[in-house]
Amino acid sequence: MTAEAAPAAGVVRRGLILSALALIGLAGVFVLALGLTPVEARQGLAQKIFYLHVPAAWSALLAFSLVGIASALYLWLKDARLDRFAAASAEVGVVFSAVMLTTGPIWAKPIWGTWWTWDARLTLTLFVFFLFIGYLALRAAVHDPAERARFSAVVGILGMLLVPFVHLSVYLFRTLHPQPIVLKPSAPSLPPEMLTTLLVSTLVFTVLYLGFVTTRYGLALADEAREQARDSS
Amino acid sequence: MPDSLRLALAIAGKDIRAELRSRTALQSALVFAALVLVVFNFARDPTALSAADLAPSVLWVTFALAAMVALNRAFTVERENAALDGLLLAPVPREALFIGKLLANLAFVGTVELVTLPLFVLFFNVSLGHALPGLLGVTALATVGFVAVGTLFSAMAVRTRFAELMLPVLLLPFMVPPLIAAVQVTSRLLADRPLSEMWGWLRLLALYDIVFVTLCMMTFSAVVDE
Repeated sequence: MTAEAAPAAGVVRRGLILSALALIGLAGVFVLALGLTPVEARQGLAQKIFYLHVPAAWSALLAFSLVGIASALYLWLKDARLDRFAAASAEVGVVFSAVMLTTGPIWAKPIWGTWWTWDARLTLTLFVFFLFIGYLALRAAVHDPAERARFSAVVGILGMLLVPFVHLSVYLFRTLHPQPIVLKPSAPSLPPEMLTTLLVSTLVFTVLYLGFVTTRYGLALADEAREQARDSS
Repeated sequence: MPDSLRLALAIAGKDIRAELRSRTALQSALVFAALVLVVFNFARDPTALSAADLAPSVLWVTFALAAMVALNRAFTVERENAALDGLLLAPVPREALFIGKLLANLAFVGTVELVTLPLFVLFFNVSLGHALPGLLGVTALATVGFVAVGTLFSAMAVRTRFAELMLPVLLLPFMVPPLIAAVQVTSRLLADRPLSEMWGWLRLLALYDIVFVTLCMMTFSAVVDE
C-alpha cells in the first residue's frame, strides 16, 4: 500500500481532461437536441429533456451497477483499488441520480401535470438514491479503512440486488412512467433522428461518468497519500 | 448441516432466554408499537378518510418501526462486555451464527407483531374474519426478508458512529419492496379479494426472502471477521 502523490496527480489530470472533453460533448448534445432533432408532435419542447434525463439515468444505473460489481470483487480479491473505485462510482452515481431526479419532475409538470407522483419506478429510484446516500454515510461513519471497505462492499452487493426488485415492481405496480422505448424486446419505436441524439447523449454521459470517476479516484489516492504522510511524520 | 442448525438454535435460544429474563427491550418495543398505532389514529382526519382505508399502511409502518427498534438492540447487547468477541471465538460457522441471530430477531419482531395485531384490530375497527391466516402468512413472508437484511446491517451499524441513526438510513430502502408488497396484499386480504390478485406480490416477497436471506448469510462473515 504505497499510494504516492505523483501518480494521484496524474490520475486527477486524466480525469479532468476526460471530464472537459465530455462537457464539450455535452454542449454539442444541447445543439443537436435543440437545433437538429425534430420537435415531438404531442409533447412539444418539453420532450427535449428526455435527451438529458435518460442518459443521466443510464449513467446513474451504470454507476450503481459498477459499485455492486466492484463490491463483489472486493470481497473476493480484497484489492484496495476496487474499494476506491466503488466509493468514487457511488459518489458520481449520486450526482447523476440527482440530475435524473430533478430533470424528471421538470418534464413531468407540463406532461403529467404534477411534479412528483408515487409511481413505482419513481419511488424506487428515489430509494436507490437514498440507499447510496446511506452507503456514503456509512463510509463516513467507519474509521478503520479495511472495515470501511468490507462494510461498504456488503452494502454495495445488497444494493445491486435491490435494483432488480426495482424493475420487478415496475410491472406489478400500475405505472404512469413511460414504458421503455429503446431497450425493449421489440425494435426501438423512436424515430431515427431522435434515437441518434439519444445515443450520442448517452455516449457523452458515459464519458462524463468516466471522467468524474477517474478524477474522484485520483483525489482518493491523493487523500490516502496525505494520510500516510501525516501518520508517518 | 443438522449440526449447524443445532448451533444456530443454541444461539437463538441464548438470545431469547436473555430477553425473557430481562424483558426490558420487549416491553419497550411493545409499548412503542402501541404508541405508534395510537399516534397514527390522530394523524388522520376522521371525516375525510375512513380508518379502513388507512389500515394496511398503518399496520405495516408500525411493524417496520417496531422492527427497527428491535433490530437496533440485536447487536448492541452483544457489544456489552465484548460478548460478540466471545461469540466469534466459539467454533461456530458464521452462517450458523447469522441464522441464530436471525431466528432470535424473528422471534422478537414476531412477538411484537403478534401483540400489535389485536391492538390494530381494536383501534382501527378492522374485521379480520377469515383474512387472519392470510394476514399471518404475508406478515411472516415480509418480515423474514427485511429482518434478515436488518440483522446483517445491525451487526455493521453497532461498529459505526451514530449507530442508532445508521441502521434506519441503511435499512429503510431495503424495507421498501417488502413493505409495498405487504401493504398491497394486506389491503386485498382485508377487502376479500381473490388470491389471483395477490399472487404476483406474494411471489415478489418469496423471491426477496430467498435472495436476501442467502446473500446476508453469505456476506455475514465479511462483516464480523477482521
